[in-house]
Amino acid sequence: MTGPSMPLAAVDPVAQGDHRLKEPPGPPPQQKGHRTQHDEADGGEDQKAGEGVGGRGHSVTRVMSDYNFAYLDEQTKRMIRRALLKALAVPGYQVPFASREMPMPYGWGTGGVQVTAACLVPEDRLKVIDQGADDTTNAVSIRRFFERTAGVATTGHTEAATLIQTRHRIPETPLTEGQILVYQVPIPEPLRFLEPRETETRKMHELEEYGLMYVKLYEDIARHGEIATAYAYPVKVAGRYVMDPSPIPKFDNPKLGGCAAIQLFGAGREARIYALPPWTEVVSLDFEDHPFVASKADHSCALCGAGNSYLDEVITDDRGSRMFVCSDTDFCAGRQAAGKAGSEGPKEGA
Amino acid sequence: MNTIMTGGFAEPAIQSARTFRALLEAMARPGRIGTVGGAEPPAPLSVAAGVVLLVLTDPTTPLHLAGDADCAAVRSWIAFHTGAPLVAAEEAQFALGTWNALQPVTRFLIGEPAWPDRSATLIVETDRLEPRGARLTGPGIGTEARLTLPETAAFRLNRAQFPLGFDTILTCGDRLAALPRSTRVEDN
Repeated sequence: MTGPSMPLAAVDPVAQGDHRLKEPPGPPPQQKGHRTQHDEADGGEDQKAGEGVGGRGHSVTRVMSDYNFAYLDEQTKRMIRRALLKALAVPGYQVPFASREMPMPYGWGTGGVQVTAACLVPEDRLKVIDQGADDTTNAVSIRRFFERTAGVATTGHTEAATLIQTRHRIPETPLTEGQILVYQVPIPEPLRFLEPRETETRKMHELEEYGLMYVKLYEDIARHGEIATAYAYPVKVAGRYVMDPSPIPKFDNPKLGGCAAIQLFGAGREARIYALPPWTEVVSLDFEDHPFVASKADHSCALCGAGNSYLDEVITDDRGSRMFVCSDTDFCAGRQAAGKAGSEGPKEGA
Repeated sequence: MNTIMTGGFAEPAIQSARTFRALLEAMARPGRIGTVGGAEPPAPLSVAAGVVLLVLTDPTTPLHLAGDADCAAVRSWIAFHTGAPLVAAEEAQFALGTWNALQPVTRFLIGEPAWPDRSATLIVETDRLEPRGARLTGPGIGTEARLTLPETAAFRLNRAQFPLGFDTILTCGDRLAALPRSTRVEDN
């Protein structure tokens, strides 16, 4: 049961065997701002009752040795790795890959998880965010999945992470060289809602025929007076392929280009991988008289006072009260720790 | 016989992961030189070429050996460690050899207009791999990068076909760098 891939294996191998695929669906979402290093001790507690392993307060997640490092077998990883290299060589082009079934439902990040599994090394420090938060169910589940199958360290701090898997946000803190950002992508084809046939959209990419996308944006303007697309806002990569940046808010679009980190996109159900090498030119589609605007809620964060971060609207009672808080929990917690406070203060919500 | 079976990864999952990470950084940042190790392929293969084969090739990836690399020791080592079928240059998904041995490079797969990913990756053994010489610009490069290349004309022609084209991994001893088709190459 012991193997080279279990640097954190501080527990009874008998207990480990029992945990295979019997994990509960994840703990309930923790409070915002809760740090992640020590919030996994409850996982599997119910299953090891009486085994005397770890005990309460044991803070190291069990590493499973029943699987290959990072869950996927080597043949699968080679296939994904070849696709990743081709994706980097042709930025924005969607490379087909033989997506595997993962132990989570489609829509929960099976594409991102496969890309992460193919990229992880034991020395990595992994951060997983879901809509900017480190502490929601999807993020907690995926983070724990890799703690257990790869034995990698995890973190909630953007600066400390070497690999960040994200669902629908780019962290506020600028990414640096040496970091990899892995996006979970539901629909990789930006033209899919305009043209449902794969044969046609493939031809459109081949001919660089993106008029349909401009018609869509134009119709937005005709109907609403502005480009109403607020998320999954299409971009053109390195002057060639139109790409879906995954459903990130268009507020995040300017961070796609000129980014020092490697950005990888995985769509599990649709079996596509695409990529943005660092410093790639990424242009949000727009018109000369209707330029792209990276919009956000016109407020500042109620908790940390940030006026330049993307905000979530939180309903606080049934009489219409609400507050706006940073979507990026690490960014917000960092500012609060540095003494920054919002106008309303953190006492809201009564 | 013994040399065929030795020289692979001792811990395939971990060493493949680390090697791939170096490859990923190299392909994402054209001209960036990375160091790899962990395998000892038979002569004349370099360590870097050997680990690239171990990380990327398997029975599903047709491989072409060019020039001196196409010797009995290398063929057996590849058969034992990767199982990659050896094929002619025109059918190869991967090709390995010195730049001269790989000529003419126009015979390699460059993908199809609808499927640019169906192209060859050339693993080019070089004597010199240093961050000077040809000027590189394009995706993955901040302002510019420099890399010693065997020539520039072929890479310019390759870039002119974008998004089609072959991708190149340059190997030298235990070091490697990459030159994807997206990179613009200039002499000075």
